[in-house]
Amino acid sequence: MTERRPARFYQVGSFAAGNRLVSLAERTVQADPSRTNSITSGHRACQGCGEALGARCVLDAAMRATDGNLIVVNATGCLEVFSTPYPESSWRIPWMHSLFANAASVASGVATALEVQGREQIRVIAQAGDGGTVDIGFGALSGMFERDDDVLFVCYDNQAYMNTGVQRSAATPPAARTATTEAIGLHPGNPFGQGKDMPRLAMAHGLGYVATATVADLHDLEDKVIRAMGFRGARYLHVLVPCPLGWATEPSATIEVARRAKECGLFPVFEAERGRVTSVSWIRHLIPVEEYLRLQGRYGHLFDADGRAAQPEVLERLQALADANIAAYGLLGDRP
Amino acid sequence: MLRQIEGSRAVAEAVAACRPGVVCAYPITPQTHIVEAIGAMTKSGQLTGCRFVNVESEFAAISVAMGASAVGTRAYTATASQGLLFMLEAVYNAGGLGLPIVMTVANRAIGAPINIWNDHSDAMAARDAGWIQLFAENNQQATDLHIQAFRLAEEVSLPVMVCMDGFVLTHAVERVDVPSQDEVDTFLPPFTPRQVLDPHLPTSIGALVGPEAFEEVRYLAHARHLHALNTIERIGVEYAEVMHRPFCGLVSPYHSEDAELVVVALGSVLGAVKDVVDELRSGGAKVGVVGITAFRPFPLEALHRAVGNASQVVVIDRALSAGFGGILSSDVAMALDRRTSIATVIAGLGGRAITEHSIESVLRDALVGRLEPLRFLDLDHAKVQQELAHLENEGCSLPTPDTGLGATGLTKLVGRVGT
Amino acid sequence: MLSVPQQLQVRFHGRGGQGVVTGAELLAMASFREGHYAQAFPAFGSERAGAPVTAFCRIAPRPIRTHSPIVEPDVLIIQDVTLLHDLNLFAGLVHRGSVLINTPRSPDELGLQERIEASELRVVTVGATELALAHVGRPVPNAVLLGGFAAMEPVVSLDALLYAIAEKFPPVLAKTNCAAAVEAFRFVTAQSKEHCDAAAD
Repeated sequence: MTERRPARFYQVGSFAAGNRLVSLAERTVQADPSRTNSITSGHRACQGCGEALGARCVLDAAMRATDGNLIVVNATGCLEVFSTPYPESSWRIPWMHSLFANAASVASGVATALEVQGREQIRVIAQAGDGGTVDIGFGALSGMFERDDDVLFVCYDNQAYMNTGVQRSAATPPAARTATTEAIGLHPGNPFGQGKDMPRLAMAHGLGYVATATVADLHDLEDKVIRAMGFRGARYLHVLVPCPLGWATEPSATIEVARRAKECGLFPVFEAERGRVTSVSWIRHLIPVEEYLRLQGRYGHLFDADGRAAQPEVLERLQALADANIAAYGLLGDRP
Repeated sequence: MLRQIEGSRAVAEAVAACRPGVVCAYPITPQTHIVEAIGAMTKSGQLTGCRFVNVESEFAAISVAMGASAVGTRAYTATASQGLLFMLEAVYNAGGLGLPIVMTVANRAIGAPINIWNDHSDAMAARDAGWIQLFAENNQQATDLHIQAFRLAEEVSLPVMVCMDGFVLTHAVERVDVPSQDEVDTFLPPFTPRQVLDPHLPTSIGALVGPEAFEEVRYLAHARHLHALNTIERIGVEYAEVMHRPFCGLVSPYHSEDAELVVVALGSVLGAVKDVVDELRSGGAKVGVVGITAFRPFPLEALHRAVGNASQVVVIDRALSAGFGGILSSDVAMALDRRTSIATVIAGLGGRAITEHSIESVLRDALVGRLEPLRFLDLDHAKVQQELAHLENEGCSLPTPDTGLGATGLTKLVGRVGT
Repeated sequence: MLSVPQQLQVRFHGRGGQGVVTGAELLAMASFREGHYAQAFPAFGSERAGAPVTAFCRIAPRPIRTHSPIVEPDVLIIQDVTLLHDLNLFAGLVHRGSVLINTPRSPDELGLQERIEASELRVVTVGATELALAHVGRPVPNAVLLGGFAAMEPVVSLDALLYAIAEKFPPVLAKTNCAAAVEAFRFVTAQSKEHCDAAAD
């Protein structure tokens, strides 16, 4: 169970607990000037990229948890492309990119070899975007899960194939506009009734640790990485990382957008072990889904020029999804 | 030690003696006996210091091997046909990254139509992927080449594919001198990787290379391959000394020095060709054969020398590029002088037997100038007549055997099955 | 040590599940033990129990280079008598070739007279399945039949065959198969002697 710190200090508007107001021991890895900076500045990510932020937070926390004994395998995608334009690399840790579909398999190979070498203290993370996780990477990922290979697989979910121009993936939410699910026709955006609930699919493999997180709650994200590295065997971490380009959001609003995804109930934040949910990060201040969707141009077709609901029935359906999550996961905690 | 042993088993023991750290494979006919044997050896403890990973696809198999290799552990896998194609993206990736993986390809035809028997189309599909490709003539050579492959791969930092004819060699029980663990240890040192993932010395492997540098990177890959031509020979010499075996280099000529007609081929068919060469020589014909052992890098110079002053080359080609012709033969043509004529004999597709009788018949035709530039050996002309006539008359084709048969075609097929 | 003056090509016929492929391997192993070069391999078709299976074994005094299928066998070993109706069974068998058939019936009772006379074949029969059932408790005649072969052709000794059986099979199975093979060997030896004596008359 993640220790939930009693939230004592809130910044106005963001509801984030400020680091300078907590004790040194409780501060995040990011607050530490001697952090690894696993992916350092100079990479070519877009302004406000949620994935670059997520990767840095995840890997710095993992480096802390493993005392610097970490190897990372990266699938093809934005993260790999903007970080290694030959002859430069932003990575300050051992890092390998092979293909789109095989990060999980390559990582399995690394972990197995380290075991054979008697160097199991060196840990392995495989990371991919949502496409490399739920679509083309799914077979390899399922195989890695099934073998219970000692790898933490991190999915940076920006809910579409961003690097290739914002095309739909099985992680794209209903009604969202992408280049292959345009906001036109009878049912604009991505259809309802499709998509994979990857965290639950991971749980179905009986993994020792599965968790979801967002870039909005740094403590929570780091805690989960550190906790995950305390386990052996196959583990899965699903991190929501807004993409200003693909979601058509303000670059400065990335963290806010991620927070609202959680606070409206559309993105449940929880942990699970061996197929059962073990802890839930409660919604602090419940908001209607509208307040999350409004920030994103990919849902722009749901609102008219005056900001009123242009497709109220779609909003209703999305709200229903959020309500279902709230009920299923108990996202409001002991509050009604 | 001399054993009467199945080819797959001999290869498995040779690979095991090379002390791999990670063996991962997905089952596909006709490679199964190799990986099953290694799996059993790992489980029984006969092979120590090795993890055998059961993966969910060939794509995973090669990827697991890549991860293991990238972190400094000797890795091995095996596949054939459809499996090789399924992993092809990763095969190119491993080639480009220079990971010294050794992989057995138990040569098998590629569908459609699905066919589980032996030809060379799978290896040919991967010939541009940047791997070294070696072809074994018999199970002794298959055994020897695997051991040399690990040494070669690690020295030149390129992955190596050892090709052996599926079923024909993999499932043949014949006399093989399987080297002992001590002999292999003498020949093969521990793996010292050129590039490695290591927290103490972080490096990034697999960068994005743009137009400004891509050509140079590829040129260097080409240069490494050309350099490997020498390494292959050098390792061959050393292996022959350590194991007390006859030397086998890039090519193996047989009675080709003074030959007027030289046969060129890959793999197990060479044995039958040698028998035919002896037969024809006893009748006074000046015939020889050159087997190509290293197909990639392609031994242009060595082949040119071996063909010598022969006026005719006949290539027995076990892979077809539909709409063009032979695949091996177009590479062979590059090694020949203009004055040397070359004929392609497409043979043994999908496991069709290549008999001594048929080889002899073709070569006799060639010797009297009656071999056309492209011949399909032992083609049943009657079977294809109806289709060809339809093409000629109607200008379009009948449905192919794979997609279904028209009314007449179905009747004919049923008729044939009944006899 | 027995010698093989020139290459001997043996073709095995049977049905899936009767150990035809293993039979060819055993012969190759016995030949190896005898000091010859040998090569065994199956013809590959759809492998399912009951379907016809063909396997090959070459035995030679020199290294065997070819891997082509045997087109003109010197010897046929037929493990399943129900295959006899197939006209292709005898395809390529050389003139004066030998045929060893798994059946308790005598060659005369098999209706092969015409073929035998036309090609001057030497046909030997032994009830290998019956012997297998008696000694091993299973109707797998491959190793047993080879006992008959050892008596029929002077290329592998019974000793070499028994050695191969012991190599290939687990101990209990090896023991019982060896016993059955020995009996088959004696049976065929006696049969040949009778035949020779009869011919001499």
